[in-house]
Amino acid sequence: MLRYTVNRVLLMIPTLLGVAVLVFFLLRIVPGDVVEIKLRGDGGNVSQETIEMERKRLGLDKPFVSQFGDWMIGMAKLDLGKSMWTERPVVEEIAVRLELSLQVALMATLIAVLLAVPMGTMAALFRDTWIDYVVRIVTIGGLSIPSFWFGMLIMLTLLAFFNWLPPITFTPIYVDPIANLTQLIWPAMAVGYRYCAVVARMIRSSLLEVLNEDYIRTARAKGVYEKLVISRHALRNALLPAITVIGLEFTFLIGGLVVTEQVFNLNGIGQLFVQSISRNDFTLIQGMVMLIAAFYVFVNLLIDLLYAVFDPRIRYDT
Amino acid sequence: MTTTRRTALKGLAGAFALGAGGVHWDVAQAQPAAVKRGGTLNFAISAEAPHYDPHASDTYATLHLAAPFYSTLLRFNLAKFPAVEGDLVQSWTVAPDLMTYTFKLLPDVKFHSGDTLTSADVKATYDRLRNPPQGVVSTRKATFSDIGTIETPDPLTVVFKMKAVNAAMLEHFASPWNTIYAAKDLATDPASPRTKINGTGPFTFVEHVKGSHVAGKKNDNYFKKGLPYLDGWKGIFTLQAAAMLNAVQGGQVLGEFRGISPAERDRLVQTMGDKIRIEESSWTLNLLVCFNVDKKPFDDVRVRKALLLAIDRWGGSTGLSRISTLRSVGGVVRPGSPFATPEAELVKLPGFSKNIAASRAEAKKLLADAGHPNLKFTLWNRNLAMPYTPAGIFLVDQWRQIGVEVEHKQSDTGAYLATMNAGNHDVAIDFSNLFMDDTSLGLAKYLSVSRAPENRSRSKDEQLDKLFDDHMRERDPEKRKALIRAFEKRLFEQAYQQPLLWWHRIVPTHKVLMGWQMSPSHNLGAQLEGVWLNA
Repeated sequence: MLRYTVNRVLLMIPTLLGVAVLVFFLLRIVPGDVVEIKLRGDGGNVSQETIEMERKRLGLDKPFVSQFGDWMIGMAKLDLGKSMWTERPVVEEIAVRLELSLQVALMATLIAVLLAVPMGTMAALFRDTWIDYVVRIVTIGGLSIPSFWFGMLIMLTLLAFFNWLPPITFTPIYVDPIANLTQLIWPAMAVGYRYCAVVARMIRSSLLEVLNEDYIRTARAKGVYEKLVISRHALRNALLPAITVIGLEFTFLIGGLVVTEQVFNLNGIGQLFVQSISRNDFTLIQGMVMLIAAFYVFVNLLIDLLYAVFDPRIRYDT
Repeated sequence: MTTTRRTALKGLAGAFALGAGGVHWDVAQAQPAAVKRGGTLNFAISAEAPHYDPHASDTYATLHLAAPFYSTLLRFNLAKFPAVEGDLVQSWTVAPDLMTYTFKLLPDVKFHSGDTLTSADVKATYDRLRNPPQGVVSTRKATFSDIGTIETPDPLTVVFKMKAVNAAMLEHFASPWNTIYAAKDLATDPASPRTKINGTGPFTFVEHVKGSHVAGKKNDNYFKKGLPYLDGWKGIFTLQAAAMLNAVQGGQVLGEFRGISPAERDRLVQTMGDKIRIEESSWTLNLLVCFNVDKKPFDDVRVRKALLLAIDRWGGSTGLSRISTLRSVGGVVRPGSPFATPEAELVKLPGFSKNIAASRAEAKKLLADAGHPNLKFTLWNRNLAMPYTPAGIFLVDQWRQIGVEVEHKQSDTGAYLATMNAGNHDVAIDFSNLFMDDTSLGLAKYLSVSRAPENRSRSKDEQLDKLFDDHMRERDPEKRKALIRAFEKRLFEQAYQQPLLWWHRIVPTHKVLMGWQMSPSHNLGAQLEGVWLNA
């Protein structure tokens, strides 16, 4: 297991390097640059000389290869550089938003898993009964309704019926847990509903498949208690594909909640991503792409390792 | 506390007046009888500025964030806009030849750091504005290029000696972007105002949580005794209109000071009833139709003129004003402002006739004469919903009515600017963002591209350049007005570019918010010193 893990970690390096090359050079193909937007985006009467000086100051006048080299050297020192828009360290720009995005992702995952596992299991065990129908209606609703729209419904409902809205600025959970949860529970619910629907349907179909397997029939024939058959033999195996979905959904939530963040006015990574793209803030985009790529690679590794925990047949050392 | 104020250029007469007119200004007199002190104002800012330095910025986002921390020499008196009044100065004189401006500063003005403001700080600030050192950006370098020297005969006197007459110089001294910095800070690091705030304004800096909010608290040493009324304020970044509207409706913010659309206004009025106050004004912003004269067939004045003639601005104004922030029909100067062309004269200019059927018939003839009866081209536009998208759709429809086929391409600001700056566009919707009506700003965009890189038509016209220069040096208001008319006539006859419609500003505030003043520019009135909460 250790050897496998080390190998996988080492494989992350060329993967991330490939991502770095792709994101760096693709960004340079995009027309426009941050200096134009910063100095002329609001109609500024700025001379070309000033534009060129600012480009030089930000290092945008250097050849691409040289810029890439500088970035790679910085990365090796764990320095992602400075945002070309704010000129603050990229790490600082990301860190202030990552806390919120991570918390929403974790809360949404928690909501999704806590609801999806019992819902999916019940739907499979009581297939084609009213319980199954209810779960199917709820989950199809979750898949059909975009999270941001559900978020808007939540906000408008709170406003129309209670004349109340959650706090508009972020308070860290360690500063004021109540204020923090009061703000973040709503987006977590909006996102968690869709997330829950995906996972519940996956568990239902997977469990239905597993329940028809020979080893389940054997267990039942041996007289194993039904609860044990379900929890120890069936569900454990049925969860394997669900784990993959949960992992990938979680990673997506880190940077992919753009519209939901806008609806709830959340200062998260998704909004920062869109802003930095619209401003051509290359260093910040690069930093965020690398962060999200690293998350994906890491979570994938974690999923693979979890497979071994849930499925005794999987042994990476052999 | 006393200071003086005077009108500077309601006409140019004020600019010749010597000595400070001497209107006594007293906070106790100026404030309403029932003013309440204290409280924290939460308001929405719908964009986040990249830094804190107004010298290097043209976006209102910088001012809505930084203006409460700073002071300027002069400022616009919003109740009598475009009159100017003193902010840091108690009096000023302008030489009859407009070549010398002398400012007497208020005594005992303190920076937030505790240092006393002197004329050296003003000199250092204006030196930075007109001649920024290496690594510092001043987007107002050209504006102050007419300043020859800045002298500081004593700690409270600053004398600006001009190299050439700039008839609008006093307005430029009142620009909200010319925030005064401490000479000591600039000597240590000329770029420091980008990241550090040390002003003399009514509020001191508390925090800026990136992407979330910026906050200020009352400056107890503010030089205008009795001000500000608020204990503090928090500007909350609400980048999406829907989130901002919800926040206003839910009372999380008490206003948004840039402007909203008519539909957003209607929603707030409908849902909030008498709790919301709506103030409206014409706006110092316009959208322009801009032809790239370097590209065929737009190098042909007949084609350009035909396309302008096809636009029914008067009808468009009625329709677009219901769904967007576009409203007023006007020439190169904001409609309703002192130098604006009256409607009776405007309708005689190409593109402004009210007889749209006749105009379109003429347009078709011009296109046929030019050999382009079935013209096709791409209209480049910014992908901002308000008001760029409706403006683009409107133009496509207008040109379709004379048989022209247009592809409407909208892109992000970066790609949009890059396309226009590289001259890759056929026709574009450009914009003009001003903070005042004076034509020294407003007309500059139409100068030859060698002088004005922001001229996206890429036109070169010596006649226009000369008319502009003459009007800049002209001291007689009537003669200046005549030069502006001649400039406008020449510009529209050559049809390089032309304002489509001027924007209309709609600002929502809760009725508990008092003392905030509406103006035609969202860049003005951001200091918040006179704002108070009636709660």
